[in-house]
Formats: sequence, C-alpha cells, structure tokens
Amino acid sequence: MWSWVAHRVTGVAIFFFLLVHVLDTSLVRVSPESYNDVIGTYKNPIMGLGEAGLVAAIVFHAFNGIRIILVDFWAKGPRYQRTMLWIVVGLFVLTMAGFLPRHLMHVFGGE
Amino acid sequence: MTAIADPKAPRPPRARPSRLTTRGNTELYGWVFMRASGVVLLVLIFGHLFVNLWAGDGVKAIDFGFVAGKWADPIWQVWDLLMLWLAMIHGTNGVRTIINDYAERDGTRLVLKSLLYLAFLVTVVLGTLVIFTFNPCPDAAPDLLPSFCTAR
Ligand code: HEM
Ligand code: HEM
Repeated sequence: MWSWVAHRVTGVAIFFFLLVHVLDTSLVRVSPESYNDVIGTYKNPIMGLGEAGLVAAIVFHAFNGIRIILVDFWAKGPRYQRTMLWIVVGLFVLTMAGFLPRHLMHVFGGE
Repeated sequence: MTAIADPKAPRPPRARPSRLTTRGNTELYGWVFMRASGVVLLVLIFGHLFVNLWAGDGVKAIDFGFVAGKWADPIWQVWDLLMLWLAMIHGTNGVRTIINDYAERDGTRLVLKSLLYLAFLVTVVLGTLVIFTFNPCPDAAPDLLPSFCTAR
C-alpha cells in the first residue's frame, strides 16, 4: 500500500520536474550566457540536495515500476510481490550508496 | 480503549464520473504502454543521470559547452529525443489516471486535463525543436563554447 502511494507521489514529482527541466534546457537556444547563468544559480548546496532527492525518487519509481511489471506479467509475480518489494528496497539502498557519496562530493567538496 | 463508531457501517458510495471518458481498448493500450515505456525509460534515464551526474565532474561540469559537446553526437540527440517523448507520454498518461481518480466533478476534470494536455504539447514541441535546431557554435565568447568551435 505505501509502495503504491510512493509510486504515485514520485511519478507526479518527476513529471513536474521534467516540465521545468525541458524549459531550462531550452535556454541553450537563447544563448550560451543565459543557459550558463540559470544553470549557475542551480550550483548550490540546496539544489544539490534537491538533485539527490530527485534521483532517489527516480530510482525508487524505476525499480518499483519493474516490480509492478513483474507482478503483472510473470506467472509467479503475485506470489513473490512482497519479496520483490524487499529486493526493490535493497537495490534502492545499493544504488543510492553508489550515487550519494560521489554526488555530495561534487556538490560540497571544494574544487 | 478508543471507541470506533460502528465499524461495520457501510461507506457512502463514492461519486462516479457520470460517463466513461474513453471507449474501446484505449485503456488497455495505455496500460501496456506504461509498462513497455517504463522498461525503456529505465535504461534511458539511468544512462542520462550516470553521464550527467556521476561521470566526470558531475553536476559541476554542466554548462553550455557540456551540452554542445553531447549534442554534437547524434546518438545523444536520439537518446534525448526518445527520452523526452517517452517520459512525457508516460508521465502525462500517469497524471491523467491520477486526475481521473481524484477529481470527481466533470468540470474539475475537464480543467485539469486541459492544463495537462497543454503542458504536454508545449513541453514536447519545445524540447523537440531545441534538439533539432540546436547550434553548438553560436556567436559568443569562445571560452563559453565547446573546443571544436574554435578549432576551425
Ligand atoms: C538532476 C538531474 C539531471 C540533470 C543534472 C540533467 C541534466 C541535463 C542536461 C545537461 C541536458 C542537456 C542535454 C544532455 O546533457 O543530454 C538534459 C536534457 C534532458 N534531460 Fe536531463 N538532467 C537530469 C535529470 C533528468 C530526468 C530525471 C529526466 C527524465 C525524467 C531528464 C530528461 C531530459 C530530457 C528529456 C532532456 C532533453 C531536453 C530537450 O529536448 O530540450 N533529465 N538534462
Ligand atoms: C525510470 C523508469 C520508469 C519505470 C520503470 C516506470 C514504470 C511505471 C509503471 C509500471 C507504472 C504503473 C502504471 C499502471 O499502474 O498502470 C508507472 C506509473 C506512473 N509513472 Fe512511471 N516509470 C518510469 C519513469 C517515469 C517518469 C520519468 C515519469 C514522469 C515523467 C513517470 C510518471 C509516472 C506516473 C505519474 C505514473 C502514474 C502513477 C499512478 O497511476 O499511480 N514515470 N510507472
């Protein structure tokens, strides 16, 4: 149940991010200066943490989405749906463990 | 002990949309699309995040030169185009489902979905135009541009 709510919330969050993301990327068609200016305002610790949150949302939504697909199409999916939820949680932790330290180093580690 | 007011009382029936919003097999195709696009999106988005956030200097390295360097390669153009379209259709269809679930009045649904489809249209058209009309070497200070612009 909580996984269903989380799947919804992350899906909507990613959608709204994507609208803004395409808009700011479109600044490359205005001029290099305007793109660099706007991207420059993102390069601070608060946005760095926001990016970490976005990646967490994507990683959960993606792995849980694969679980939903397996429940629907794999004959034994429904039987193992609980087990698969733990696998999703495990893969989530592993992926974030690989990503977070490096990302936080990029954001917080000086030059 | 906390008392629960008659736990077996039936819930009042929820309001239903007064008519179906799609007909035929449309919902089935949508359902299949959500799953097929999901698998492809996993690869596209994880690749996007790996290259832009993890590899090299990560977010710190992103600027006009970085984007121009990537879009000089047709593979990344196709990659981003596919990601744009699939993610927007998948996301729009997902949000449409959510609107159908929670917005119970016909008028509310109409307004929300109109906004949703407008956002879809604007974003997909804008994103597509940006990829196809991108110029990696516009008039600008050379230090803002990728190195291959000055190598001529
Ligand atoms: C914080 C994480 C992210 C960063 C730093 C980032 C960065 C970028 C950059 C620099 C570009 C320019 C072209 C390129 O590098 O390929 C781009 C384009 C794009 N990104 Fe991301 N991205 C992020 C997350 C995402 C996510 C989660 C999605 C999908 C839901 C996404 C979808 C796209 C699309 C569709 C384009 C092409 C835009 C266009 O057509 O104008 N990005 N991104
Ligand atoms: C990374 C790969 C992704 C996978 C594997 C994936 C998978 C799925 C699956 C299987 C569903 C369930 C559909 C259903 O129940 O009929 C779903 C729903 C959804 N997805 Fe994704 N998805 C991915 C990326 C995205 C992206 C990039 C967005 C936003 C642009 C998004 C937004 C949504 C929304 C809003 C829903 C509806 C949730 C609901 O109805 O409760 N997803 N996804």
